[in-house]
Amino acid sequence: MGVHQNIDKATSDTLPFLKDDGPKAYAGFKKGDWNKEIDVRNFIQLNYTPYEGADDFLAGPTAATTKLWDNVLELMKEENKKGVLDADTEVVSSIVSHAPGYINKDLEKIVGLQTDAPLKRALMPYGGLKMAAAALESNGYKLSEKTAEVFSKHRKTHNDGVFDLYTPEIRRARSAGIVTGLPDAYGRGRIIGDYRRVALYGIDKLMEDKKAQHASLDGNVLNEETLRLREEISEQYRSLVELKEMGAAHGCDISRPAENAREAIQWLYLGYLAAIKEQNGAAMSLGRTTTFLDVYIQRDLDKGVITEDEAQELMDHFVMKLRMVRFMRTPDYNALFSGDPVWVTESIGGMGIDGRTLVTKSSFRVLQTLVNLGPAPEPNLTVLWSEHMPKGFKDYCSKISIETSSVQYENDDLMRRYWGDDYGIACCVSAMRIGKQMQFFGARANLAKAMLYAINGGIDEKTGKQVGPKAHPITGDVLEWDELEPLYDQMLDWIAKVYVQALNCIHFSHDKYNYERVEMALHDRDILRTMACGIAGLSVVADSISAIKNAKVKIIRNDEGLAVDYEIEGDFPCFGNNDDSVDVIAEDIMKKFMGKIRNQPMYRNATPTQSVLTITSNVVYGKKTGSTPDGRKAGEPFAPGANPMHGRDQKGAVASMKSLCKLPYEDSQDGISYTFSIIPGALGKDEAERIDNLSHLLDGYMHDMGHHINVNVFDRKTLEDAMEHPELYPQLTVRVSGYAVNFIKLTREQQMDVINRTFHGQR
Amino acid sequence: MQDTMGYVHSVETGGTVDGPGLRYIVFTSGCPLRCLYCHNPDTLKLKAGKQSSAYELLKDISTYRTYFETGGGGLTVSGGEPMAQKEFLKTLLWGCNQMGVHTTVDTSGYLHANLDDETIDMADLYLLDIKSWVPETYKKVTGVEVGPTLEFAKRLEKMEKDVWIRFVLVPGLTDALENVEGVAKFVSELGNVKRVDVLPFHKMGEHKWQSMGKAYQLKDTREPSAEETEAAKETFRKYGLDVH
Repeated sequence: MGVHQNIDKATSDTLPFLKDDGPKAYAGFKKGDWNKEIDVRNFIQLNYTPYEGADDFLAGPTAATTKLWDNVLELMKEENKKGVLDADTEVVSSIVSHAPGYINKDLEKIVGLQTDAPLKRALMPYGGLKMAAAALESNGYKLSEKTAEVFSKHRKTHNDGVFDLYTPEIRRARSAGIVTGLPDAYGRGRIIGDYRRVALYGIDKLMEDKKAQHASLDGNVLNEETLRLREEISEQYRSLVELKEMGAAHGCDISRPAENAREAIQWLYLGYLAAIKEQNGAAMSLGRTTTFLDVYIQRDLDKGVITEDEAQELMDHFVMKLRMVRFMRTPDYNALFSGDPVWVTESIGGMGIDGRTLVTKSSFRVLQTLVNLGPAPEPNLTVLWSEHMPKGFKDYCSKISIETSSVQYENDDLMRRYWGDDYGIACCVSAMRIGKQMQFFGARANLAKAMLYAINGGIDEKTGKQVGPKAHPITGDVLEWDELEPLYDQMLDWIAKVYVQALNCIHFSHDKYNYERVEMALHDRDILRTMACGIAGLSVVADSISAIKNAKVKIIRNDEGLAVDYEIEGDFPCFGNNDDSVDVIAEDIMKKFMGKIRNQPMYRNATPTQSVLTITSNVVYGKKTGSTPDGRKAGEPFAPGANPMHGRDQKGAVASMKSLCKLPYEDSQDGISYTFSIIPGALGKDEAERIDNLSHLLDGYMHDMGHHINVNVFDRKTLEDAMEHPELYPQLTVRVSGYAVNFIKLTREQQMDVINRTFHGQR
Repeated sequence: MQDTMGYVHSVETGGTVDGPGLRYIVFTSGCPLRCLYCHNPDTLKLKAGKQSSAYELLKDISTYRTYFETGGGGLTVSGGEPMAQKEFLKTLLWGCNQMGVHTTVDTSGYLHANLDDETIDMADLYLLDIKSWVPETYKKVTGVEVGPTLEFAKRLEKMEKDVWIRFVLVPGLTDALENVEGVAKFVSELGNVKRVDVLPFHKMGEHKWQSMGKAYQLKDTREPSAEETEAAKETFRKYGLDVH
């Protein structure tokens, strides 16, 4: 043991025979498999320094940081006024389409913007021309005629491709809103490039690797699969050439590995920047970068080349850039995903499979940006919580949550079993092994509306049109579960089929017309693909079934004989009260629908998964759904994600959490989202008590295998005041379903929805 | 012990202000006091609650053990007045003792004489509300005599039970120096008081009075300022007490 430790700590001074003859960039790093092949995890494991202490080492912002951030805030203020600060109407964005842009070149430690000016939005029509044009128009810009002509006459888009493929049945389901939010007119996103590879290896090495991958397929039978892969690898290779060019334009020679902390952050960011210059995917997540970066920061600190102030400054400047990511989006899109989110999700902390914590000082530093720059919705800071993480870090997380409501938590002890210890979260709750896995994002199916279809024999309760398959409707005056169950089951069979068919069309087309070449260049050759299906309305369905079983639910029909409303006599247990009799219903529905999804054929042999996540679309789903048998009236919002319906969880915070914990991750491997709001006073009397109690709540929730939790700590009054006086709350951040938003950027409707949620402790 | 039925107003599973750690709180209904500032007036009548089985509650409590273990929490029986249903209270405490779950009783102590030492001993901690020191003030605030509460405090001292004292500060009603200091002095002489909570009066219960169609007598009373609350706390601190 002692000898090995000496070798591990050796420098060329003490043990000269061990002198490192590798590239300068790797001086002081322990060698291993990562030197032989692309293996970032191996590099981290051999070289990172776990940190088990408290937050007392952290530094505040430097003068340069404050000045630079003030510049950005000025720009954002103007943006808030105008909606969009500036937009490109002609140049189609690519990795090298724009000259470098700066905020204040002399102050920026980390450089690079999406276009040639800060907050100027890029033009990305590959997802769909109509969407790009409408996004511009709704903000007072006009797409250049020349570009419009290219994309209508000479270049097909993803959107065009999908609509060539859709069947009439899919179109009907889509316009009725029983499947919604499908990425058929915009980029699918939720793919995380392993941007760390740019820093660790440099582009030349990555290009060499891609060349070898291409060659590895030379001897294969040239079937469709191999042909597609060969073409894709060539595209990936080309994107790396451009990435190198883009780096050079910013004065960075990223052909070689990064040599110090600043370069490591800069190189990594340039990789990410290339992705967001090319793709306006629904979620453009960053991965799990801070512990990787900590290796470089720690090396520089040990060598004495930087101070803690400078280390924090690098992190602050990096995060500032991540806060400035913007895409052009339409009002329709904003109705689904409100508040201009981009899901620059960064996964922080967690435990390694060897039992060491993956928390480093940089895990603290990235959260500290919320103090140094103030609260913000982006990047979407996501703590991978483990019961076994050091107390110092847990308490720091709780403290930051209480102060900023800007952090979400996901269960590392649960996910590590599935995805190892180098996974990251895409978007809100989707775990994937970094560089080894991607997903086909699938939005969600509305299971509450499907129940109404079952009652009405496939006729849409809002339009009166036959959307689902013609079936026997319920004709009695009172809903009986024995009668409804088989009908609902058939309707779920139908929706699972149509839904997966739609997703197959979408991803077939997206791979063809809007392929994420630079993100995929930062992946292995052979990867796991998941088909990420999702469901909306889980608590509405569970409560409806509970009402039908336990109370008397009378049907109210309109003149055409359609069931359009329900009258409930008697009490029934609701989801969210740790009551097995109804919680089991929710569990069963999830299992059942996942089973039906698994039976469908998947594009590219993807592995099907499911999420219970609505983002802010719970409002839109509610709008598109008639009254439901649980007493929810037509048009009223669903609960977000897997949340209990607003105000129906009557037994307090922990009972609500316990209900959530019963939902099986096995059948929802794309995540189960829970948004939790509590008033500060209900967490404890003073700061120390609140921190302690929040850490304990999180420990308990994760111990019971809850998957995800957004933590909001504020009271309703604050939100109401912010609605009236938005100018006083420019940085008020609220966690909604799986992401955070600037509260004042939400539509009034969505603000009301947030305010109406259950606030624990407020009776 | 046999199962016992009791009247329960509600339960709250994420309580953090009624005892240490995360608490499962059973709010029983029925209370002999008529405190002017009562913020749960809907728990005053015994039969306003729902008939509940102690065994069912204990079974539910057992599912929260993880949260108790990580946070050092447990069961708090509050009300209403828990002692108004002594057999029910005893069964709940007994069950938690069996499970190793920490127990707390939030009480005015007014009915303590009805409970035997065996029952009293079953709780690990008492949150004892001493609503006033000056007997006339106590009577005015609660409608009953202060004697039993003070007797109970002495009884707990003798039985070496841990106690947290609670004092609600109401401007113009309980905030006279003599009144505050009286409680502080009395409490400081007990050997078993671990902490004192000074709770500033709030009106969050007002809407409940209104919805019950009853007059809320403190309608015109204001909430104490932060300075006034701090001053009251200081009075307790002067007597060497740990004040929150």
